[in-house]
Amino acid sequence: MITLTHYLILSGILFSIGLVGLMRRKNLLMLFFSTEILLNAVNIGFAAVSKFYGDLSGQIFAFFIIAVAASEVAVGLGLLVLWYKKTGSINLDSLAMMKG
Amino acid sequence: MFELIAFYTFSILTIGMFCIVVFSKNALYAMSALAGGMIFISGFFFLLEAEFLGVVQIIVYSGAVMALYAFGMMFFDTTRDVKENINNKKILYTLSILSAILIVVILCAPIFSANIEAIYPAKLEGVGNVQMIGLVLFTKYLIPFELAAVMLLVAMISGIVLVSKRMDANLTEDEQEHIEGETI
Repeated sequence: MITLTHYLILSGILFSIGLVGLMRRKNLLMLFFSTEILLNAVNIGFAAVSKFYGDLSGQIFAFFIIAVAASEVAVGLGLLVLWYKKTGSINLDSLAMMKG
Repeated sequence: MFELIAFYTFSILTIGMFCIVVFSKNALYAMSALAGGMIFISGFFFLLEAEFLGVVQIIVYSGAVMALYAFGMMFFDTTRDVKENINNKKILYTLSILSAILIVVILCAPIFSANIEAIYPAKLEGVGNVQMIGLVLFTKYLIPFELAAVMLLVAMISGIVLVSKRMDANLTEDEQEHIEGETI
């Protein structure tokens, strides 16, 4: 029998994968992909809680998260294209212009 | 029984796909694996009786977001590898500790929140999931819904403004001649 804990563990595993990708990769495009993984992991958690507590708010919240993810991609990819036109690189280290 | 099989199949497939996304060298492979993982995640939503969310996941993620990434990747030179030098082990240890704490917190969460009460019950007699979401979304969550619409409009306008300039020119450099030669 699949319980809520199964889904939450799966959500945690996916979130950890996204976290590893977010901290390990230096390609800015890969950072965007990792962000998508994080948002999707959270969505699974919301949908699971929504089902096992019989409350619809979780699904509504996941719906809004999808909207946020879509607009994040639009703005982020536009900025990334601009950055690539300016510097010719999508390496994360090329962003360190303040030498902090 | 079928739920068990479906859950484990989708879990293994999703985790495998996302591992490919994170560890692959090639950006194109990563993007394809991400699209596959999104489809498998919508399988979870159908398992959880959230049909509307599953359909939206397929349409928005593997339809819109992946197409946007595919178009965005045409601007980048994806054949050239980005040199990724990881030179401190500290990040690795921090990551492991963070993930372990995360798993423990997630395992404890159902115990702490066991006395939660449903405000908007998911099931009514003769009302499907999509209809129920419509009822809740357009009554209690109407203002967040409208705000999300405004946010999407802002994102669309910013995406158009950022990308649709002449591709070989700087954004601010030749503002002058644009102003003179503007016909649109």
